[in-house]
Amino acid sequence: MLARKRVKPLGVLGDVLFYGGLTLVALVMALPFYWMVVTSLKPNADIFRDPVQWWPERVTFEHYVKAFTTVPFARYFYNSFVMAALGVLANLFLGSLAGYAFARLRFPGREALFRMKLASLLVPGIITLIPTFIILRTFPLVGGNDLAGQGGYGLLNSYWAVVLPGAAGAFAVFFMRQFFRTLPDDLVDAARVDGASEFLIFWRIYLPLCRPALATLGIFTFQAGWNLFLWPLIVFNDPDMATVQMGLQSFSFNHTTDYGPLMAASVVVSLPVLLVFVFAQRYFTQSIAFTGTK
Amino acid sequence: MTLHKTTTPATSPPRPARRRSRLLRPEARAALLFISPAMGLFLLFTVAPVVFAFVLSFSRYDILTPVRWVGLANYARLLTDDLFWLGVRNVGFYALLYVPSMIACSLGLALALSRPKPGMVFFRTLFYIPAVTSSVAGATVWSWMLQRDYGVVNQVLGAFGIQGPAWLANSDTAMYAIVFVTLWQGLGGSIIIYLAGLAGVPRYLYEAAALDGATPWQSFRFITLPTLRTTTFFVTFMTLIGAFQLFDQAYVMTQGGPGYATTTAVYQIYQNGFTQLQMGYASAQAFVLALAILVVSLLNLRLNRDSGVT
Repeated sequence: MLARKRVKPLGVLGDVLFYGGLTLVALVMALPFYWMVVTSLKPNADIFRDPVQWWPERVTFEHYVKAFTTVPFARYFYNSFVMAALGVLANLFLGSLAGYAFARLRFPGREALFRMKLASLLVPGIITLIPTFIILRTFPLVGGNDLAGQGGYGLLNSYWAVVLPGAAGAFAVFFMRQFFRTLPDDLVDAARVDGASEFLIFWRIYLPLCRPALATLGIFTFQAGWNLFLWPLIVFNDPDMATVQMGLQSFSFNHTTDYGPLMAASVVVSLPVLLVFVFAQRYFTQSIAFTGTK
Repeated sequence: MTLHKTTTPATSPPRPARRRSRLLRPEARAALLFISPAMGLFLLFTVAPVVFAFVLSFSRYDILTPVRWVGLANYARLLTDDLFWLGVRNVGFYALLYVPSMIACSLGLALALSRPKPGMVFFRTLFYIPAVTSSVAGATVWSWMLQRDYGVVNQVLGAFGIQGPAWLANSDTAMYAIVFVTLWQGLGGSIIIYLAGLAGVPRYLYEAAALDGATPWQSFRFITLPTLRTTTFFVTFMTLIGAFQLFDQAYVMTQGGPGYATTTAVYQIYQNGFTQLQMGYASAQAFVLALAILVVSLLNLRLNRDSGVT
């Protein structure tokens, strides 16, 4: 044992191998982002140069201009942003409301109802795909539908089609419940004595204490909403409703791809979430770890 | 919860003290009001769709004409639908590659990152970045990088004298490319879950083992791995469920091709349901896939419990 510990060169070699390995992985992880940015800044001729050009010799922003002019990308950006933001607001409010009730209020069937809601995390999304589409399409009295849900398109091609099914996700309820359980209960007594309503107690006393949890959940929900792909693809066929993720498809026609604008658009699509991540990475990693160790 | 062990002081001025059961009533009413939006959405967008999908799987429905009851016809047709089973096989092959790679890579990297060395926060952050970007943007960039002639991957390989194939246009390599890209994307999330798990392994166990002269491998095998059992179960479970529903990357990078090499089960369901409007048949397929997920999950659970006994 002791003899082995004294061998110093081996330790240095170990460190070199250790950091070398991590750096290699890091390069692979980061390469796509680098390559996306570099390609988006190169003029077309340089994109397809044979000895690969690792550094843009000539920088141009023409692809960014093109991304926003040949395709209504600003519109897609707005759509994605509105839907992600509505999703955040809905989940923060409804999730904390339900989470608070499940954590702090007593009512018959509390545990059973909570478990049922939690079980929806286990329902594979694929099974609800088609029925949810039909439910949204035949929603009564909206989008040209009559009382029986016939005649129009219901909630399809509206923001609701994306926002509503995910407005109070099981994860949001579970996450907020866990947080509410960590708060002390004596706060509530004084307020009850003063005759405050249950909603006021929730809204004025407990919710403000939840800012860190709300921030975490908000960031998480925004990321999830922004990155949605399959569901918007199904419920939107109006080109005006397309999201940024769907928009990325519009740079390939007939097996030819316009890589410059496509990479520029990819930068634009990735930027909001990356920015949020840079400013709030602590929250991100905590909430992931939190879900893993429940 | 201890909420109701605290009784209201009898002297509180605005309202006289009440008995517990009566005090509970407004609270319960408020609680039901608080949970009703979340539970209403749950009923409308989870419970009802699952029941609905089951019913739909016994019918023929194309949205335009009324639902027609066809009994087991969809399931009978499913048995002979080679394309769907090819999708299932592709997904099975994908999962078989993806899940073990994910566990091995994320556990290995988490073990490395959990060492008390400088710079680990930096690497941790870097490894997590792909997980926050969208699968579509990630897949888009990778399909550019995996291009045969101008793709950076083959350019790098070329520097080492290796002639890389047209990764995505070759039916032998397309699925491997998708495994790699999804691994690139998913690794960060699993690493963090593993890091959280590793943080929960008691230090003193390692110290005791070191005193007993255990090798690093032995401490890993007999302390780290058993303590991480729950974490590994969780990661396997989530990774599996995700793997079975592979869609985004297969859609963006290969459109299910070349040939049908990367056609996944979800891709098939999407096509049957929404491009051919065979909602009933697609529901039957979704049900079979969900059932497969359930069986594999239960199997995983069982294996996990068995390993927990020994």
